[in-house]
Amino acid sequence: MSPHDHEHGDDHGHDHVYGDDDLLAEVFEGGPPDDYEILEIALRELLFDKGVITPAELRAKIVEWDGKTPENGARIVAHAWVDPAYKQRLKDDFYSAAAELDIDTAGPQLVAVESTDDVHHVFCCTLCSCYPRAVLGIPPEWYKSKEYRSRIVVDPRSVLSEFGTTLPDHTDVRVIDNTAESRYFVIPKRPEGTEGLSEEELAKLVTRDSIIGVTEALKP
Amino acid sequence: MSEAETNRGQHDIGGLNVDSLIDRSEHRLSLSERRVDAMMNLLFAPDRKIFNIDEMRRAIETLPSDLYENYNYYERWTLAMEKLLIGKGIMTADEITAKVADVRARLKEAGVSA
Repeated sequence: MSPHDHEHGDDHGHDHVYGDDDLLAEVFEGGPPDDYEILEIALRELLFDKGVITPAELRAKIVEWDGKTPENGARIVAHAWVDPAYKQRLKDDFYSAAAELDIDTAGPQLVAVESTDDVHHVFCCTLCSCYPRAVLGIPPEWYKSKEYRSRIVVDPRSVLSEFGTTLPDHTDVRVIDNTAESRYFVIPKRPEGTEGLSEEELAKLVTRDSIIGVTEALKP
Repeated sequence: MSEAETNRGQHDIGGLNVDSLIDRSEHRLSLSERRVDAMMNLLFAPDRKIFNIDEMRRAIETLPSDLYENYNYYERWTLAMEKLLIGKGIMTADEITAKVADVRARLKEAGVSA
């Protein structure tokens, strides 16, 4: 397949544009390979040559990350919305609660915090890019940006407004900074007018950004 | 910049006075970036004991400031990974230089690189 064949689609991490056999292909987007793409190939081949990691392990890890998408986080939120006992279990022990929905969150500890009328939570990683990857996948570019990391902790309302989010004055905004060992997960406020919706319909209202806390859940 | 700010590590930017807007556009990761991400995650996995996540953070945070400032996220990861693999004795700088030359020659032969 030529690089041209890959130009369209794959806006979602779970779409496998490249077949598994092609995950190690020397396919370069946007022109000839740059120094970093070449360094990636060199380090990878040396790791394979030395038996530190195997091609099969690397392919499996890429596929594993492709499968960790915000849809997992959305399922967890929707279930917490409809089942208050589950929501409490999620706050008490995220790993076990996620396992109830067959979602594996092995790795850094995840901590659920709930947004309400009184308090809105939003998380960040001021130092780099720690993120609840197990349930949201690889973080978006803006989350890792200097602008987001520096501004969110001092002027969260202006950052939220850039994301189109305006909260009432009486709502406290709490910004939480992730660490390498512990990452947050926001249970957004359940939107009004969603009483009759099924859990699947509710999950569609829960976006990646609403779990980070830069937006609220979508309105039905 | 205040004295307190100048004493920070280059990565420690929470609360700094940055007034530019956030670029919220979504970027699809390239295949090369996905591989760097997966390799790094394999290497710092606790069961492999090559290096741990704090050593990885440290390697990124202590990159020369021009690299930290001007290179993108996965470029920083690639440089940090190189530094760690050399530092841990997994491979030498000479081996990497030789392999890079091999890869360049191979890609040129294949007509992939300019």
